[in-house]
Amino acid sequence: VPTTDTIPKTEEQPKTGWLDERLGLGAIREFLAHKTVPAHSATVWYYFGGITLFFFMIQVATGILLLLYYRPSPAEAYESVQFIETQVAFGWLIRSVHSWAANLMVLAAFIHMFSVVFLHAYRRPREVTWLSGLVLLGLALAFGFSGYLLPWNETAFFATKVATDMASTVPLIGEPLARFLRGGDDVGGATLTRFFGFHVAVLPAITTLFLLVHLVLVQKHGMSTPLSLENKPVRQIPFFPNFFLRELMTWYGAIAVLACLAALFPWELGEKADPFAPAPEGIRPEWYFLASFYTLKLVPAHVGMVGFGLMTIIWVTLPFWGATTGGVVRRRRVAAAGALMLTYLVVFSILGHL
Amino acid sequence: MKHALLLVLIACAAAAAPARNSCAECHSEQADQYRQDIHLRYGFSCTACHGGDASSDDLTIAKSKAKGFKGAISRTAVPKLCASCHSDATVMHRYRPGQRVDQLQQFMTSVHGRRLAKGDTGVANCVDCHSVHGIREVRDALSPVHPLRLANTCATCHSNASHMAKYNIDTNQHEEYKASVHWAAVSKRGDLSAPTCASCHGNHGATPPEVSSVSAVCGTCHVMMEDLYSKSMHAELFAAMGTGGCSNCHGNHEIRKPGPEMLAGPDSVCQQCHDDGSTGGKVAIQMASLITKLTHELDRADEILGRARRSGMEVSEAQLRQMEGREALIMANVAVHSFDLAEVEKPAMEGLAIAAEGVQAGELALKERDTRRLGLVVFLLAALVAMAGLRMAIRAVEGGSGATETTGR
Repeated sequence: VPTTDTIPKTEEQPKTGWLDERLGLGAIREFLAHKTVPAHSATVWYYFGGITLFFFMIQVATGILLLLYYRPSPAEAYESVQFIETQVAFGWLIRSVHSWAANLMVLAAFIHMFSVVFLHAYRRPREVTWLSGLVLLGLALAFGFSGYLLPWNETAFFATKVATDMASTVPLIGEPLARFLRGGDDVGGATLTRFFGFHVAVLPAITTLFLLVHLVLVQKHGMSTPLSLENKPVRQIPFFPNFFLRELMTWYGAIAVLACLAALFPWELGEKADPFAPAPEGIRPEWYFLASFYTLKLVPAHVGMVGFGLMTIIWVTLPFWGATTGGVVRRRRVAAAGALMLTYLVVFSILGHL
Repeated sequence: MKHALLLVLIACAAAAAPARNSCAECHSEQADQYRQDIHLRYGFSCTACHGGDASSDDLTIAKSKAKGFKGAISRTAVPKLCASCHSDATVMHRYRPGQRVDQLQQFMTSVHGRRLAKGDTGVANCVDCHSVHGIREVRDALSPVHPLRLANTCATCHSNASHMAKYNIDTNQHEEYKASVHWAAVSKRGDLSAPTCASCHGNHGATPPEVSSVSAVCGTCHVMMEDLYSKSMHAELFAAMGTGGCSNCHGNHEIRKPGPEMLAGPDSVCQQCHDDGSTGGKVAIQMASLITKLTHELDRADEILGRARRSGMEVSEAQLRQMEGREALIMANVAVHSFDLAEVEKPAMEGLAIAAEGVQAGELALKERDTRRLGLVVFLLAALVAMAGLRMAIRAVEGGSGATETTGR
């Protein structure tokens, strides 16, 4: 019996590329060739998950570029950002894109979350996908919160003071939590280096992990179809190239919006933080914290914190109370909760801004 | 036991009740005013100034000479009565350890004090300025000697034409002061350290500054101007002419915001002595021209930089540098008091150079803004072309269909 070594190599053997042979790219090609995506009237909402991911990739790329010049100390942070803005070639663009993309990423993540709620895409078997998505939204907000302080300007400094003061009102763990965030009794140099560490090391590592989980689960379960189409024939289009090309087009649209914002409204640097100066008037956090900021103006802090805790629990457990044990979705209850949450966030954010 | 307890309670209530003041029964108006008085806060009652025994309802006891009753205090006796405590360091240490105790001495050197000593009761004494029964701390905004109210208090007498006629003193000072830059600083900017009447005339030792001391009085705050002026030829000349230094150009009570219009033009004060064609006149015109040019250039730089900043450009460093330009403008204005063109030129040239830097930085920023906008347009066009290309590719791909059907889940 001839061994494989003795079999002479012939021209009849299948042709494979050098990389295919080593990396098994054929399997990926095979996977993409068979992956399909449902196409219906609500397909447009599918793109917001991809847009969020796209903005995250922009954040990573621009963040790495900013890291080349940024210095995380109270004596140098503001000056280094000023240097990036005025001296580094296209530094202003990189910083402006980073700041605007952060906001657009949070906005896209919120739209993605509410589309999942109103299309009931959280339902079985996608409960864990929902949970991992919420963790990613929380991480996006943490990115925003930690990154806001890094330029060490007046607004960021006092907004962080207010926010960490809010954290200290969390029942039981408030004080240690505030100390952990600040790295001391008050916002200072220790807070800046700590926030920098969170922003460029801790949060990216955790986010990468949860992003992988989220994407793997999306692949595993596929994209959900609206309840109205459940158990009905739904048209499917190939993921590659049909859906991929559509997704690419939305990314072009997203980057065009981002470019307009970054070029026409460059992110302001403001005045350098002075810890001994009185807080300027009209200090408020980033727009995505305005609703909670305004709520805490209306109710005592500890009551507000307990309220936020309850709201978070209800929201996180939505897939579980949003369906019966038999798996029947409680459409009205979930839609009402979603509408209530959306109204609360929009109205209180506007009131907080006024 | 119950009776004993009741007695103790009554005794405690009596001890806690405020001390009886029979004066208030007849002199209720004064008693009402005295409720706001600083002296009441420290436990002084009517008898502290007027003597007598306020604990008795019997007029013969309450107003008994044996109890030290003094009755209404005569105007000539007021300063010494106040001084019985306010000039006694031992007494004042108990209430205001840091307060001066030489007010009476100062008062006796003032025009008011000297006239009062001669028996003229028409002049001001302690109570005319501080009030009688409603004396408040100077820092209390309702006190008649608080910086915001002092000018009005002085004007009570000094704007009263019939009262001032016998002293042959003008009555327009208050009106003039209200139009001055000093009053604007006190009233509009809330700068309580800005000059009021007492800042120049003194308070207890109130006296008009003599001709020879005018520049020293102004120099208390305007140190650099006074220094340059005292070294200039004008100091000697004005002294020889017997006129007050600063007030020759700036006036006394109606001191307006100074500017280059004081040097040249129809409102020029220099022209009062120097013709335009004279050396002094020419120097004044050149100084005015330099300062006007510097002001204009700094304003121009601020406008361009402001426009750049509003467009989102980072120009904070250039704007910070402009503050140095504004300082140079102040120095040029100060240097006018040397009456030496070279001294004005030095800061003015520095300021002009800074203003030119600001204009250049602003123009560069605006140019950069336009370049960015052009870049954005190019990028948007490229993105549009790419999107159109993708759209065509999608149509091409979907023309061949490839769509399938599965059950929704």
